[in-house]
Amino acid sequence: MSDEIKHEWPLFEVFVRAKRGLNHVHVGSLRAADHEMALHHARDLYTRRNEGVSIWVVRSDDVVSSGPGDKDAFFAPSGDKAYRHPTYYAIPDSVPHI
Amino acid sequence: MSFDDAYDALTDHDDDTRWAYGTGFADPLAGVPTAVPDGVDPADLVAYSLMLGDDALVMSHRLQQWVTRAPELEDEMAIANIGLDLLGQARLLLSRAGEVEGAGRGEDALAYLRDPAGFRNVRLAELAAEDFAHLVAHLLVFATWRLALLDRLSASRDPVLAAIGAKGVKEVTYHREYAAGWVVRLGDGTEVSHARMRAAAEAIEPLAGELFAPHEIELRLAAAGVAVDPATLRPEFDDVLTQVHQLATLPPPPARDAVTTSGASGRDGIHGPELAEILAEMQELARAIPGGAW
Repeated sequence: MSDEIKHEWPLFEVFVRAKRGLNHVHVGSLRAADHEMALHHARDLYTRRNEGVSIWVVRSDDVVSSGPGDKDAFFAPSGDKAYRHPTYYAIPDSVPHI
Repeated sequence: MSFDDAYDALTDHDDDTRWAYGTGFADPLAGVPTAVPDGVDPADLVAYSLMLGDDALVMSHRLQQWVTRAPELEDEMAIANIGLDLLGQARLLLSRAGEVEGAGRGEDALAYLRDPAGFRNVRLAELAAEDFAHLVAHLLVFATWRLALLDRLSASRDPVLAAIGAKGVKEVTYHREYAAGWVVRLGDGTEVSHARMRAAAEAIEPLAGELFAPHEIELRLAAAGVAVDPATLRPEFDDVLTQVHQLATLPPPPARDAVTTSGASGRDGIHGPELAEILAEMQELARAIPGGAW
């Protein structure tokens, strides 16, 4: 066995869409050698119980995220602006996903 | 579909499968008539259902033995899923055998209380894989053959076998894809993986001959439009294996002779010591505690 074989596979993030018309939701992560294998693994790990009709996988390395240090500058300013919420409208009963 | 309301067209209101766990399960045999088709000997239908059911049951057990031993957690799940799919096919087929037999033996009695000589699986299913390359080579041969078989079985005159075939096609399509993906990956991989994949493929190939040797029961039922003559599966099988080997940079599979193990085969209940070992493990609990339930 060469050392090369012992390298760990890269991490992928998995997003599953439960139904046509809904959005993909992050469900977890897994390791795989490449995107194709990641898709197979995602199918085997995250859709065993009828959870989905579509899967996205993306390399975790490729996800750019906000850090804890950005919290105040990013999110605090929206905390006191209730007028941005659409709570002043009546939502029709026939609109289920808002 | 309603066009009055854009949201209505996109969402379902008749179930609760919206988020984490789906519950939209379907019974593959719902509404399927269970009468034995005209002109078919029920004993033949029982034996044939056992053949296909035992193939799935024994192969499923071999796959289950990889749980906790697979090289990666993700592949362990994949192998367990495939084993479970085959176990599901075995349950339907053994239940059908028990139902047509009419002697009060259900799927459990048939799985747990028969001796090796009563099992009609092909001997290929019994093989123990000594490493992961052998496992995927074994699975590729088994799944390629079974997919071709189930695909044709879905046109059977027996509505139960047809429904089981149609359900199985979707499952085994994935099994074949999984196995082929690994054979290509290892074959077209490093020098080490190529050598081990090639050795595994060469070890399994001579055993594929029996898959295409028709048993007299299969021939009788095939003539009645109920079963599949396995000899007809060879062109598709050879095509698929040749393609996979080409992508995997492995030598093409050799031309196979239809000769089998000196006339008698797994289909007749002639098995190697591997099946006895599998059954000792599979049946131990059911035999130790007869009728036990938990």
